[in-house]
Amino acid sequence: MTAVTTETDTKTKGRGAPFRFLAPRGLIGWVLPLIIVLLWEALSRTGVITENVLPAPSEVLAAGWQLLLSGELVHNIAISTQRALIGFVIGGGFGFAFGLANGLWSRSRDVTDTTLQMIRNVPHLALIPLVILWFGIGEEAKIFLVALGVFFPIYVNTLLGIQGIDPQLTEMGRIYGMSPSRLFWRVILPGALPAIFTGLRYALGIMWLTLIVAETIAANSGLGYMAMQAREFMQIDVVVLSILIYALLGKLADSLARLAESLSLQWHPAFQRKDA
Amino acid sequence: MSTAFTFQGVQRVFGSKQVLRGINLEVPEGQFVAIIGKSGCGKSTLLRLLAGLDQPDGGRITRGEAARGAAGTRIMFQEPRLLPWARVTENVAVGLTGIAQGAAANARAADYLAEVGLADRGSEWPSVLSGGQRQRVALARALVGQPAILALDEPLGALDALTRIEMQQLLERIWREKGFTAVLVTHDVAEAVILADRVILLEEGHVALDLTIDLPRPRRHGSPEVAAYEQEILDRLLGRNAA
Repeated sequence: MTAVTTETDTKTKGRGAPFRFLAPRGLIGWVLPLIIVLLWEALSRTGVITENVLPAPSEVLAAGWQLLLSGELVHNIAISTQRALIGFVIGGGFGFAFGLANGLWSRSRDVTDTTLQMIRNVPHLALIPLVILWFGIGEEAKIFLVALGVFFPIYVNTLLGIQGIDPQLTEMGRIYGMSPSRLFWRVILPGALPAIFTGLRYALGIMWLTLIVAETIAANSGLGYMAMQAREFMQIDVVVLSILIYALLGKLADSLARLAESLSLQWHPAFQRKDA
Repeated sequence: MSTAFTFQGVQRVFGSKQVLRGINLEVPEGQFVAIIGKSGCGKSTLLRLLAGLDQPDGGRITRGEAARGAAGTRIMFQEPRLLPWARVTENVAVGLTGIAQGAAANARAADYLAEVGLADRGSEWPSVLSGGQRQRVALARALVGQPAILALDEPLGALDALTRIEMQQLLERIWREKGFTAVLVTHDVAEAVILADRVILLEEGHVALDLTIDLPRPRRHGSPEVAAYEQEILDRLLGRNAA
């Protein structure tokens, strides 16, 4: 799936030659957000968008500056990021481990896959009431939900990646006398990696989504909490600021994942620069 | 001359279908044998048995001293089966698994890459190579462990006509240099006559024809002597159907 997207990117780039003078390829994606923000500012200043519906970007920026000076913004971002990462490491780690185990050993798959598929079909956010009863609004509640949300995309894609490996390649490895561990490191893991990265990027999206919802409902710190507090005091500029920060953090996480992906999948035709 | 391998009454059954019905075959060391036959005649099964990828249901397969052990017999398939995530040199070095590693393996891999005419492509990914080049990498990987027997399962079948002839010449040159025993499964009668010392025709699990090709090398496609052998084999292959 990822490969296809990237291939299309390369093609679009070839066809989009007239736009190349605007910016190098990496920056061109930021032109549209910039236009939207400028348009929004203009509409706010002319009074088309009233202040109690959507404050102007400059006001949101000013609110952000205030929060930055007070240290509140940095504190909340740090605490949300910490929760996100802890949950991601726990959920992703278990997902990867189960994905490997079930991909490599059919016995393990027979025992656990049915259970995991049933749990997967429960929307994990529906567990919020139960999780609050269990953990209150402490850190465990958020981390648990993030871990649960992240588990499945990583699990499913790791499993798919391993099952999708060309059996001709594993046969080749055995013919040339590779030991099981060598076969895993040289053939199975690299072969599953593209699918694992697809799962990783999907998991990062779910990670933010889960965390924000959980923080909005049950927390006393973090970005979601900041937004909910602002709503109570009718600080619409802070609410909008929080939403924009989600967008930026989500984009940042995805960009990092893509970077890691293109570094480790250099062999993949979709990641080779044809103009190089 | 000592024997590379012997098949004695070898049988192989898949379900209710008897694919090999008592094959007897003795191949001396260094011989180039081509095995031809129609689809489903059991030629690939015979090759997989030779390479040790499958076990016979009856009869015996014995290998000469040199061809014993894991690296004594190598098989090359119709697909190159290269690891897409390993550079070309690393792919060749896969053929040295358990034999050599690290710098020594890379040096030997580079030697064999040069042997197949790809000395300067060692640091590339397989995906940028052409089909013929990938198959040459697979050949280097099969030979780098210096096997006594090389089993070839239609390795040129997916290549275009010109690349095919180039590969045949390459294969013949390397075979003469290294002196291994080559067993080539092919459905191309011309290819068999050009390359082999001996052509075995399989029919319904039996050896139907065992023909020595007594022509000087290198042989040329389209020469009258080659054409005569081709005709003889084709007549035998198609004759029964025509009758």
